[in-house]
Amino acid sequence: MKLEKTGFLSDRVGMIWWLAALAAYFIFPDYRGFGASVLVMTLFALSFGLALGFAGIISLGHAMYFGVGAYVAGRLALAGWQEPISGVLIAGFVTGVLAIGIGFVILRLNGLPLLMVTMALSVIVFEAANKATGITGGDDGLVGISFKPVLGIFNWNLDGNLQYLYALAWLALVFFIARRVVSSPYGLSMAGIRENSLRMSLLGAPVLRRLVVMYSLCAAFAGIAGALLTQITAFVGLQVLSLETSVDVLVMVVLGGTFSIYGALLGAPVYLIVKYVTQQWNPFYWMLVIGVLLMGVTFFFKGGISGWLTRIFQTGRTE
Amino acid sequence: MDQITPAATFILLYGVSYGIVLFVISIGLVLTLGLMRVVNLAHGVFAVLGGYLAFNLPSLLGISFLASALISLVLVLLVSFVLERVFFRRLFGMTELEQVLATIGFCFAFIALLTFAFGPNVLATKYPEWMSGNFSLLGRQFPLYRVFVMACGLVILLALWLLFDHTSFGATLRACVDNQSMAKATGINVNWYFSVAFAIGAGLAAIGGIVGAGMLPLEPLYPFKHLPLFLTIVALSGFGNIKASLVVSLVVGLVDTAGRYFVPELGAFTVFTLLVILVLWRPQGLLAGWK
Repeated sequence: MKLEKTGFLSDRVGMIWWLAALAAYFIFPDYRGFGASVLVMTLFALSFGLALGFAGIISLGHAMYFGVGAYVAGRLALAGWQEPISGVLIAGFVTGVLAIGIGFVILRLNGLPLLMVTMALSVIVFEAANKATGITGGDDGLVGISFKPVLGIFNWNLDGNLQYLYALAWLALVFFIARRVVSSPYGLSMAGIRENSLRMSLLGAPVLRRLVVMYSLCAAFAGIAGALLTQITAFVGLQVLSLETSVDVLVMVVLGGTFSIYGALLGAPVYLIVKYVTQQWNPFYWMLVIGVLLMGVTFFFKGGISGWLTRIFQTGRTE
Repeated sequence: MDQITPAATFILLYGVSYGIVLFVISIGLVLTLGLMRVVNLAHGVFAVLGGYLAFNLPSLLGISFLASALISLVLVLLVSFVLERVFFRRLFGMTELEQVLATIGFCFAFIALLTFAFGPNVLATKYPEWMSGNFSLLGRQFPLYRVFVMACGLVILLALWLLFDHTSFGATLRACVDNQSMAKATGINVNWYFSVAFAIGAGLAAIGGIVGAGMLPLEPLYPFKHLPLFLTIVALSGFGNIKASLVVSLVVGLVDTAGRYFVPELGAFTVFTLLVILVLWRPQGLLAGWK
């Protein structure tokens, strides 16, 4: 199972993807608000894809960092810190530091125990947020949040123009960093840990420390995504911390394919657009669709969308 | 003393009965994990299916609750036996991630179908009169239902003990758990035992779903909502250790009840904090190495 070195796919899909994201801005002017939230979720999926596909950290609690980032940005704005870019950076920093603490404790585990601990942790955080109404607003969420113009020039409007481009810019920045990390020597040692952590520690690699660094980076990206969600919607609800959100992001990444950094970029939009369309009919059609999709990906569609594209391109090339 | 005794009685009665329901539902998960190394996130489906059937059949067919519970149990046994053959069997040997995805997908699809059939709300569950009264103990009223659940639990425990420790079926099954390839080499049809064990686990989950409906209300989201709880119990029980899962379930039931009794504002916080600490302390299972 190769990760990343799907060079042909990466370059081509990457170019097409960014062009499509820009084109969508002009082609669907009425959907820019929805588009912005898709981009934010794509960023969140990217952060999870790094942890799952790249470091092999199976987690059902990634929404924890997304939610904390969202609440940090919301509380900052309510406390008067309304500058958006620094708000996002602070949120990312907070979740990154939080993940260092949590990572050192939980990353000793793997497989089912890790899955279970991350799941239980996210239940704990959700319960805590639900009870701490003074900080989180409880069921009502945080309302009345506003932000200063981006870079002091661009004003927030209801049309979603700024939201879309702002989210796209952040996604591009984070993607650039993620891509650099993945292709660095550090990234290579990460792949080694994923494939055989015992052998890596025999080679002298500080496995736990490297995993924690990666986990913290992914958590920081998730926090950034959460903060962006707060800024583009001017609202934070408990939903950001829920188990459903963790499952959502897992499905997005798997649907896109875990063996390429492009998996998240492909999976998240497809997932959210299908969700948007089916929920227009009946919210429970959606659960049926997602259930069938998940079983399909496991049995017939291994490697998700990016795996499928790779196969298409590769057969095309060898002929 | 006047204060402590009723509180202790309350916690014991409610905690143990809750723990027993969790145990009965979790056995199937412990078995599938121990036998087939399959992480089945859809196990709650059998509990909720049993519950929905048992509480809907009386009005549909005009039969008593007891008869309907038995029919539901048989139906769940059949359904799970077939599902194991056509679906869960295919998960053998897949990675944990793939098993998680396929089974959670199954769980979602089932939730959707259940919602189509019965609507998204909690099912109104009414137990027959003979098990829904009250009795007084130490100057307090306690529901008879809790005692009934405990009695059910005792019967199931006894049956399981007889089945696993005192029949040749049990001995063969334990052989399959302990050493699969050796069991195969001696001519045991391991696959058949897998199917039967899976069906038994699903049937027990159905009983848990029916009997426990007073504690874990029946709703379409049931299998997903209670998943963290079931999964933690299984993770703490270690691979295929049923005795450990009884201890863990009782601890969870008691701690959760005590937590909600003394600090109700914390809700599920208490028990999950305990579970996380326990898993970090003993990742191989709470009673790993203890037989």
